[in-house]
Amino acid sequence: MTEVVVPAPARTIDARGSFCPGPLMELIRGIRESVPGDVLAVYSTDSGSKIDIPKWVEKAGHRLVGVFARGGYDEIVVEKTH
Amino acid sequence: MNRIVILGGGVGGTLTANLLVKRLRRQLDRGDVSITVVDATGDHTYQPGFMYIAMGGERAERLQRRERSLLDRRVNLLIGEVTLVDEATRTVHFSDGQRIGYETLVLATGSRIVPEAIEHFDAEAQHFYTAEAALRLRHALDAFTGGRIVVAIAGMPYKCPPAPLEVSFLIEAELRERGLRGESELHFCSPIGRAFTIQSVSDMATPILEEKGIELHTFFNVEAIDPGRHVVQSLEGEELPYDLLILVPPHKGQQFLIDSGLAPAPGGWLPTDRTTLQVGGRPNVFALGDATDLPLSKAGSTAHFEAPVVTERIVAGIEAREVDHAHGDYLGKVMCFFEVGDGKGTLLQFDYEHPPRPPKPNQLWHLGKIVFNKTYWHTVPKGRV
Repeated sequence: MTEVVVPAPARTIDARGSFCPGPLMELIRGIRESVPGDVLAVYSTDSGSKIDIPKWVEKAGHRLVGVFARGGYDEIVVEKTH
Repeated sequence: MNRIVILGGGVGGTLTANLLVKRLRRQLDRGDVSITVVDATGDHTYQPGFMYIAMGGERAERLQRRERSLLDRRVNLLIGEVTLVDEATRTVHFSDGQRIGYETLVLATGSRIVPEAIEHFDAEAQHFYTAEAALRLRHALDAFTGGRIVVAIAGMPYKCPPAPLEVSFLIEAELRERGLRGESELHFCSPIGRAFTIQSVSDMATPILEEKGIELHTFFNVEAIDPGRHVVQSLEGEELPYDLLILVPPHKGQQFLIDSGLAPAPGGWLPTDRTTLQVGGRPNVFALGDATDLPLSKAGSTAHFEAPVVTERIVAGIEAREVDHAHGDYLGKVMCFFEVGDGKGTLLQFDYEHPPRPPKPNQLWHLGKIVFNKTYWHTVPKGRV
């Protein structure tokens, strides 16, 4: 069994209930305000986030650490790589 | 005495002050409470009107009134530039050396644009986030005789998330009216993977973009401008050439909030409880409007619906009673109009639990926005709606 080691996030973005601007926009803001190597965790109740956020992370060249189902929301963890 | 000091004379600060007067008349009469609004300019500006300076014949002078004229006479108004909040002594410091004390502090300090954060922004790009810039954009559009117009977003968060899409629709309609549509390309760059963050609005807007021939570029967050090649570059590694570049400038919170240890650098957004609107767990410090770090639209409407919550919480504290949660909990309510061009609009209304379900665009909601713009002065700041 492989244990996934999730680094402690430098910053947690609670975007639960955010319809506008929405969790991905909140993450982009967080990434812009962070430095390479920072790990950010986004909480989202928008079911689209677990698709939208990984797509953007790939396009922008950052690293998706993982997507985790929590009680009533998803936690998406991203590392800023550049 | 409980001295309530409200920093910022925008929608949130002005409305909170006037609502507090309505709820604290006895305490004000007895001299148990004072309410002071602090504003850097003494002018109150209706910022949603800026877009109409560029696109709809609005004039800057109609978007500004003296803050004093909007405040109840029992509210003190202090005009000055705040440099520091000293929490240890509960004192607000001004650039001229003046100081005032507080027991309760409301931070309604808004956001500020920082176009200089993107090199060559001022020389190469237009925007509509101040009256002067909106007028410059108007002149640039008047001088435009055809070519590539690119509308994009150069920072996150920014005021009024629908505005760039609205401007794209309005410019397209104008180019058609002026007979320039055939010689023009219009490109709209969305920071995310669809036209707009709200799926239902995106589903509504995407066919309109297609019908109007506006090219949609997704995952395009502006990172840099190459003035030599007239090209705008995204942090996702793409680039687009332009003849006329319209960018939403980067925004930040106020520097003195960072300097005072109330908000973290570099953004300067106040860490605010999504329900109580208290800042960083402090029982006597509240934030509302653009100044917060809440994942909500930076729009006057947000401050409008937050002001009664801050008011109830302050009043409950002064009356030494429990907060009435029916009025003292913010549930994320936001409401805003959305222009789609050709005299049509729709309405976005939502909260933390309920996504917006915008009605099909029609003339009614466009007119609703126009009427709201004109009646704002008599309704919102005074707490009549």
